Amino acid sequence: MRRFFERHDLVDIIMWLIAATILFVALLGSIKTIQSGKYSPATWVDLGISGLTQGSVYALIALGYTMVYGVLRMINFAHSEVFMSGAFMGYFAATWMANSGFMQRNPLLGLMFLFLVAALTSVTIAVLLERIAYRRLRRAPRLVPLITAIGASLFLQYMFRGLFGSQVRSYPPMPGLEGAISLPGGVEIEYVQVLVIVAAALMMLVLYLFTQRTRAGLALRAVSEDKDVAALMGIDVDATIVRTFVIGGAFAGMAGVLYALIYRQVTFYMGFVPGIKAFTAAVLGGIGNLPGAMLGGLTLGVTESVGTILFLDGYGVPAPYQLKDGIAFVVLVLILILRPTGILGERLSRTKA
Amino acid sequence: MATQRSSPFVTAVQQGAIAGGVAVLLTLMGMVETFNERDIVQGVISLGILLLVAIYLVFGSTTARTLSQSQVSVRIGASALAGAIGELFLVGLVILGQQVNLRPVFPNASPELWEILQFGLSAPQSYLAMLGFGAVFGALGAGLTLVSRRYRGPVIVGFLCVVLIGLLDDLIGITIASNPMFATSPVIETINQFFFAQGVENGLSKAGAVVVFLVASVLAYHWPTLRSGARSRTQAMPAGRQHTLALSMYGLFVVILLILPNFLGPYLTDVSNSVMIFTLMALGLNIVVGFAGLLDLGYVAFFAIGAYTMGVLTTTAVGAESGQIVWGPGLTFWWALPFAVLFSLMAGVLLGIPVLRMRGDYLAIVTLGFGEIVRILALSDALKPYTGGSQGIVEPAMPTVGRLSAALSSQGLYYYLLLACVGLVIFVAIRLRDSRQGRSWMAVREDEDVAQAMGVRLVSTKLLAFASGAAMAGLAGAVFASKVGSIYPNSFDLLKSINVLAIVIVGGMGSIPGVILGSLVLFGLPELLREFSEYRYFVFGAVLVAMMLTRPEGLWPSTKRKQELHENMGPEADPRPQVLSTPGEAGSV
Repeated sequence: MRRFFERHDLVDIIMWLIAATILFVALLGSIKTIQSGKYSPATWVDLGISGLTQGSVYALIALGYTMVYGVLRMINFAHSEVFMSGAFMGYFAATWMANSGFMQRNPLLGLMFLFLVAALTSVTIAVLLERIAYRRLRRAPRLVPLITAIGASLFLQYMFRGLFGSQVRSYPPMPGLEGAISLPGGVEIEYVQVLVIVAAALMMLVLYLFTQRTRAGLALRAVSEDKDVAALMGIDVDATIVRTFVIGGAFAGMAGVLYALIYRQVTFYMGFVPGIKAFTAAVLGGIGNLPGAMLGGLTLGVTESVGTILFLDGYGVPAPYQLKDGIAFVVLVLILILRPTGILGERLSRTKA
Repeated sequence: MATQRSSPFVTAVQQGAIAGGVAVLLTLMGMVETFNERDIVQGVISLGILLLVAIYLVFGSTTARTLSQSQVSVRIGASALAGAIGELFLVGLVILGQQVNLRPVFPNASPELWEILQFGLSAPQSYLAMLGFGAVFGALGAGLTLVSRRYRGPVIVGFLCVVLIGLLDDLIGITIASNPMFATSPVIETINQFFFAQGVENGLSKAGAVVVFLVASVLAYHWPTLRSGARSRTQAMPAGRQHTLALSMYGLFVVILLILPNFLGPYLTDVSNSVMIFTLMALGLNIVVGFAGLLDLGYVAFFAIGAYTMGVLTTTAVGAESGQIVWGPGLTFWWALPFAVLFSLMAGVLLGIPVLRMRGDYLAIVTLGFGEIVRILALSDALKPYTGGSQGIVEPAMPTVGRLSAALSSQGLYYYLLLACVGLVIFVAIRLRDSRQGRSWMAVREDEDVAQAMGVRLVSTKLLAFASGAAMAGLAGAVFASKVGSIYPNSFDLLKSINVLAIVIVGGMGSIPGVILGSLVLFGLPELLREFSEYRYFVFGAVLVAMMLTRPEGLWPSTKRKQELHENMGPEADPRPQVLSTPGEAGSV
């Protein structure tokens, strides 16, 4: 007992108590909800699938956070705006194609073009951010780039508001994406959800192969391991960092289109909530770790979708879905208390955090 | 960069293209058109055109500075070219806008905008006029770099004074009108007529602008000699008299603050009350971010807790009807105030414990999450019986001070209350800063590991920072709730946290006068320029980035923080490999 207290101080114990209380509340809530029998298995599967869809988008954004954190050791707060910009420009492309009838004639080509426009916009913004704001601050104390990123995020958000107005703009309907597949047991999967999950999985596979099998990917891993040594080995650190922003931006832009296909609308502040969630996902999986970001995104999406009802409905909380965004933050705090390195992360030492 | 001679033509094209990009961006955002409604000098220049002028001046002088090794004529020519190229983008925009309807994409691209950009001229001449306009101000920008520093400063100060007074002219009008002593005085009337030539137009009169410019620039020119003269005279005095002089200056300042509401009138008093609420919050956040170096993005949560405590404890709208909350003891303002501070303080400790182990970036995100959780909870149906959900709480109590409250207007009452609060909080903040606790905070800010090795207890140090910052926000929140008269969850969003953070950062992290200056500049000024509030956060974002890139220590820095921020900031193009993740640096924030 004495040795236990020697090794763990009061703060640790209080934190474990907090964590244990939260977990206990969640567990009790789940038991109560399941006992009440209000929801059929099909409902749970539906919730799970919508959670997976949401989680795939989180995962794609989280990759951008994690890669930038890997090379620069900073949270790119403006990444949520990179995501928003892609969705926004995608809206204009989609509207144009829908009005000119191009989308009806070649739905597949139209969709590809949509992704291309969004990715290009986001890449442009991400690269400009790096060049104008972050590059000069690489050696600054860490609060400085962080505040710069917050400022850049505010700047971009209100720039879009100023340029394109503050109204909510609705995506036109996508031919070929309407409707759903019915599975036995009353479960329905919408085509959009299939598209989102498949597209996200494909993109993550491509990224994984890129980082593991190509020289550029090797350089990227080397730079996130140790910039100085990487430079000594003849790696162009600047170029690698720009490449990181390009990949992160492209993924965020395409995630923006996927997100907009699910929710059917874009606004200038749409990036904030998914951005925070994606960051949580990145921490959940272990920041700096690519498979971790993917896993973290999916886990968070499902927890949020299923968990909100599972944990809270049993207590008779009215309208639990209103607290959905709160769940993500509680998960973040829990992870940071219980396993600060995240699910897959272990390389992150004290010096890097 | 400095050693390499850039070609004048290439530099001009580069700078011109950037200037053009910025000009097109601001134009399409509607800034030029909105700003155009305000004249700075009647019939001469509006704020909208001034915005474009500023762009060409800045990029003109950048061009000239890049070409500092070329001949003067080359520099001026290149700057004029840069200005003209910048304006060429706008010419292109106007031509495009007149051919194609851009409004479905850019709601601000209206025919009126094109007219403003063309200075009301018709097609072919107007394009030449626009190019000439760009070239002239680009060249003037280069001209500014040629003038010696001794003259450049005063000229810029003179222009800025004209702009500021031209902008605030209707406020000066309101102030004069609302004060019986001024409104009837013939002298004031004449002066007012001379400077502002009342009519439908706003802004300074031409003669007024010239006088303001001359007075301001002459004062600015003589300022260094005046200041050093005054300083040497005070230093020549015996120590006792110096002390008396300083005390009487402070006394004078306090007296001015005390009688100020009589001159300001109700509207401006109300604005200064809002500024003081933000000063209170900023002073609190300054302890957390500035002293202890813990970046808190959910600071508004404590403000919200203070406000809600005040609301729940004092509201009279308790009962079963809709729009009422189910429980509330109906205390008076003064009874509820300590509870509001206490609860926010406890919330500060509660948040502090789980984040004790986190650093920098993680801390920022978790505190941001905490702020959002408080807002989401206040907004949810789950807590509706206690917090009123989205309908909020109405009718919190007003402070009463015996017979005094009858003598004062409600703005005046809050003015003195807030003045007392700000005074108290400044006193506490200064004492904390200079105490052993304050030194521990700064040690933690500079390097957590070293501080711990030196015997600083991290747990109590960090918790105390969070707690004292939170208590100040709670105080501000309680007064805010009472002043505004209703509490809605959406008054406590992330933007408020960022607003306060921007005040602390722009003013100068860790610097108490800086924070006060910051809240005047970043909160007072936007409150006075409400008609441009659309661009408020856009400008905030730009200011934050620009500040971090050029002057991370803030407008009025504390000397210590300035040293810290500059010790490892090298020039941009450093050939050495960049050291990023050394263990020593990890704890520096």
